[in-house]
Amino acid sequence: MFLTQLVHGLTLGACYALIALGYSMVYGIIGLINFAHGDIYMLGSFFALYLTSVVKMKIAPAFLIAMGLTSLVGLVIERVAYKPLRRSGRLSPLISAIGVSIFLSTLLNMYMGPQTRGFPDVITELQVKLGEIVITTTQLYIVAMSIALMLLLRHIVMRTRVGQAMRACSWDREVASLMGINVDQIIALTFAIGSALAAAAGVMMGVYFNAWWPLMGFSAGIKAFTAAVLGGIGSIPGAMLGGVVLGLVEILGSAYLQSSYRDAISFTILIIVLLVRPSGLLGRKIEQKV
Amino acid sequence: MIDAYTIQILVVFGINAIMALGLNLITGVTGQLSLGHAGFMSVGAYTAAIMTLRLHTPYVLNLLAAGVVAGLSGVVLGFPTLRLYGDYLAIATLGFGEIVRVLFLNLEITGGGLGLSAIPSKTNLAVVYACLGITLYVMSKIQKSRVGRALMAIREDEVAAIAMGVNSTSLKVQAFAVGAFFAGISGGLYAHYLTYINPNDFGFMKSIDSLSMVVLGGMGSLPGVLLGAAVLTYAPEKLRFLQNYRMICYGAFLVFMMVFRPNGLLGGTDLRQLVKASFKGLNWGAMAKQGARTREGIGGSKDGIA
Repeated sequence: MFLTQLVHGLTLGACYALIALGYSMVYGIIGLINFAHGDIYMLGSFFALYLTSVVKMKIAPAFLIAMGLTSLVGLVIERVAYKPLRRSGRLSPLISAIGVSIFLSTLLNMYMGPQTRGFPDVITELQVKLGEIVITTTQLYIVAMSIALMLLLRHIVMRTRVGQAMRACSWDREVASLMGINVDQIIALTFAIGSALAAAAGVMMGVYFNAWWPLMGFSAGIKAFTAAVLGGIGSIPGAMLGGVVLGLVEILGSAYLQSSYRDAISFTILIIVLLVRPSGLLGRKIEQKV
Repeated sequence: MIDAYTIQILVVFGINAIMALGLNLITGVTGQLSLGHAGFMSVGAYTAAIMTLRLHTPYVLNLLAAGVVAGLSGVVLGFPTLRLYGDYLAIATLGFGEIVRVLFLNLEITGGGLGLSAIPSKTNLAVVYACLGITLYVMSKIQKSRVGRALMAIREDEVAAIAMGVNSTSLKVQAFAVGAFFAGISGGLYAHYLTYINPNDFGFMKSIDSLSMVVLGGMGSLPGVLLGAAVLTYAPEKLRFLQNYRMICYGAFLVFMMVFRPNGLLGGTDLRQLVKASFKGLNWGAMAKQGARTREGIGGSKDGIA
């Protein structure tokens, strides 16, 4: 029972981690809490739902196309709602992001209706029993896919020229631009990658819980943001760790404590962690300079 | 005379404005981003409702208690979390708002998910505007005082403010307490106006609403916050004819407002001049001028929270 819950928590955590990565990367570069990120996740899930149920596509191509489409949407949003605000303080883009979030969720709410929709049977569900533990194939796919995506991201960020430019921008945007890096392009790319990862998480969560609804982005978004802060916002391994920790805490907390307090438990732990380690688990300590 | 619908909009505007003015002290003046302001409103609303339902206390006392209990919760939240800065504070306050909501959904005295109903309807236009007047008076006094200037110094540069002898932690907690007090008052007014409250009325979106009012109007400017509250109370009403498209338009409206007036409606210099001129004679016209001058004197906070 405990180990089965652990696997469940790990699966959930892997998805949170993928969403958290988008928050963390965008925050690392432009210092924006992208509140629309949860709705981008919802949109990714929606594309996959549409492709599998209306276009009758198989899940693998639908997964990839959903990631592609969502990253395009991410690019458009960045261009329309955030880029004009690059020089105007920190709260204006935040409000703009909230506007985007309301826009996307209500648009889908109107188009699809508020009810929860299930995915068609896209994965032949098998159960693997390892003694006490019951693992489903979906869980295996999700964890494997998340690990693969995170390794890919790590490769891009650490081993490629573009990744080097991204790290330079997150270190200091102005100096990076003086070194000949096209900062606008890098920011756009960051949004595209973050959106694609959120879409991947959206598709997997949608299939896992067999549910899609227009407001699903809200709580997943808040939790993923919590995960990003928990791990140390701006840090990529931190976002991964934060996501997994949050997923585990949430599942174990609701399994062994009162489940109606589930969300409160995650936030209480978050506040405690912040008080003990204000820059998150793996965040780099920011020194205040005069 | 004014019809009931207009009165309702005016009352809701007043309640929103009181709450946004409280948040303005925390976010606009002191520069601490709070995403859990609805949590304080919730505490206030439930305090007032429980007092009147269980203890049958008089209305004025309920309102005061709502403010005081919310203010105390501001202190309780502020002491540990104001050590955090910037976005860590934001997420801690967001967590606070959610914890309050989940707690009230589960406690027995708050009626759980059913909420509290049959709260006596006491709030009317006169009470709301008396409270709004007091709030404006207090806020303008605070902003013009030594404490207010210290708070603005914290917003502009906390390290420099500390170096000049400003006790930043204590002042930030005080700002939090006062901001929470007024959110509590608005919660009390709200409870006695709608006669029914539910923990989900004070969710994250409510916090975002009031933050939008502060930012939209122009952070730190009292007429700006009033204008922001007016626009964001009135716009969704005016957009009702759009039916299902209403919230979509509201979202787009927020984006375009920010893209075209990133520093808020009254944040731009030329418009500020205009407003100064048009508000001359009203007693808060002078205040706007004073506020504007102080901000510019400090270094023209174009960035808001730095």
